[in-house]
Amino acid sequence: MRIHEFQAKHLLARYGLIVPEGGVAITAREAGEIAHRLGGPVVVKAQIHAGGRARAGGIQRVESPAAAEAAGAELLGKALVTAQTGPAGQIARRVLVERALPARRELHLALLVDSTSGEVMLIGSERGGADIEEQAARGELQIRELRLGTGGEARAQEVAAFVATLGLEGALHEQGCALVDGLRRAFVELDASLIELNPLGITEDGRLAALDAKMTLDDNALFRHPELAALRDEDDTSAAELQAQRHQLNYVQLDGDIGMVANGAGLGLATLDMVVAAKGRPANFMDIRTTAKSLDIAHGFGLLLDNPATLAILINVHGGGMQACDTIAEGLGIALRRTGRSLPLVVRLAGNNADFGRSRLQNFGCAVIDCPDMWTAATKAVALAQKGA
Amino acid sequence: MAVFLNRETRVLCQGMTGWAGTYHVARMMEYGTQVVGGVTPGKGGRSHLNLPVYERVAEARRETGANASIVFVPPANAAAAMIEAIEAEMPLVVTVTERVPTLDMVRVRAALKGGRTTLVGANSQGILVPGIGKLGVMATGSERPGGVGIISRSASLTSEVVAQVTAAGLGQSATIGVGGDPIHGIGMRECLELLLDDADTEGVVLIGEIGGTEEEEVAAYLAGTPASKPVVALIVGREAPLERRMGHAGALTLRGKGDAAGKIRALEAAGVRIAPSAHLVGETIRQALAERG
Repeated sequence: MRIHEFQAKHLLARYGLIVPEGGVAITAREAGEIAHRLGGPVVVKAQIHAGGRARAGGIQRVESPAAAEAAGAELLGKALVTAQTGPAGQIARRVLVERALPARRELHLALLVDSTSGEVMLIGSERGGADIEEQAARGELQIRELRLGTGGEARAQEVAAFVATLGLEGALHEQGCALVDGLRRAFVELDASLIELNPLGITEDGRLAALDAKMTLDDNALFRHPELAALRDEDDTSAAELQAQRHQLNYVQLDGDIGMVANGAGLGLATLDMVVAAKGRPANFMDIRTTAKSLDIAHGFGLLLDNPATLAILINVHGGGMQACDTIAEGLGIALRRTGRSLPLVVRLAGNNADFGRSRLQNFGCAVIDCPDMWTAATKAVALAQKGA
Repeated sequence: MAVFLNRETRVLCQGMTGWAGTYHVARMMEYGTQVVGGVTPGKGGRSHLNLPVYERVAEARRETGANASIVFVPPANAAAAMIEAIEAEMPLVVTVTERVPTLDMVRVRAALKGGRTTLVGANSQGILVPGIGKLGVMATGSERPGGVGIISRSASLTSEVVAQVTAAGLGQSATIGVGGDPIHGIGMRECLELLLDDADTEGVVLIGEIGGTEEEEVAAYLAGTPASKPVVALIVGREAPLERRMGHAGALTLRGKGDAAGKIRALEAAGVRIAPSAHLVGETIRQALAERG
């Protein structure tokens, strides 16, 4: 679960990190009031769950409360399109208004779980800022790494040496070590999967301040952090994706015309690849988790049927230990009874209870195009969508 | 000698009295797997599926001579169950449980270091050795004993590939699900080494997907030690909108994206034959084995 910058900064401040003073506004007027209270130049930052905000105009430095109000009016309620949002953009429902802290230098620092070593890993670079990804791709940026162990218990001298490689000396070195200590405690205690400070700034008065903070929490650990689960911003997830999450489905909206259903992420990705290889355009990615019941699955099919862009539906199921074909057939039958739409349904069922699944579809009165293998099913769905377009 | 599972494997189920444990242990026994008991704290001394239930793994291991365990414990307690099995020096532990917190798996990985346990999973469909037994939750019916070893991160795609391999006139020596989570026990590269060393295995199919670096690790290994047997790989997710699914922050991008194209390039360069599409995996391994003679 991603949380907003203002939430991340609020959490990190509890672990001793310095963050710019500021407040969150949901109206332009509030943005102006916060700027007035802070005095001096402020930064107005759109709160969306995507990077690349600065280039898209989502971060504005302004000199006066009136200008902060104007920036708030410009950003609030508007869809911000960045390199990471997709073409529809994300609507900024809040802005963070912070005291502008000019930095002498910007660094990059992050903690994540390294899948190769299975340990918590600290990565950093003596430069930071909006274009570090491009710099790294061009090989101009040295990324330093330190394995922190399982609970972030790397020895103090290793952390000290790492902090020194970021070009932090004297009082800044001490601050850097304390900051790493706070970050690793936050990471472990909050069950984070990623904390990233970019930029981490050295202010003109010689302090290390988190000028931006991104934080991702482990969804699978939220059961032990009810207070963090409450930080979820459901406005940032499309209604369809939210409904899918509630019904044990993984769902991503895409912009094509073939609704796709598979059981398991691997088979779902394989189906997506196959539809594209057959020159079709997937309307979505959907995989049914092993825990989904037939009513959950019916909700999933409902999402595809409700999408006016969908011209054909492709069902590719290989029933396994936890999810059998008949359950999926039942879900489809229920969904079809609820909808007024009739779309070509291309079905490929294999594995557990495949024959039973086919007979259930018949009993439900579903008119389906039954295919023996997934390539036949994919090509047929593509042809039918093209005919329906 | 099959990889992981043979006729001497004696299986303990942690969490056997729950719904999933009950259902799947019964299926495993039907398949011929030798299950010798279960562990559920608070229910020690009872009997379930006509098998003894114990309080602790160490006790169960002593009493039954179990040398493998399968974990069906819910996510909140799954790591504790795995660590208990590791401390009881269980040689093989397979964890089916999905949604185990990542930092719990970090602790489990630390417990594995220097220990005697091989962990498969979490979030794994398990291990299937056709004709011998299954330690997992996979569908059966399409598998046949044979010479193709399959390593995968995805359960339903494994079932699909098993069916294709059988349809191509071949069979399987073992199928291993390493698990779909970022931090898990045994990895693809270690599984590949085991299969390449296995006398029953004539060729290997690797089913990979976008994300992570395991396929790249396999490629790096094979670049240094060319495979003695044909290796075929399928990488799915080539057309997935990577930036949307991962919603990546810069830190992840800086360490490499794990996209399909990079994985395919690395594997091809290391001598792995890439299956052009998910429906052609069986045919690709059949051809690779035929060319080898």
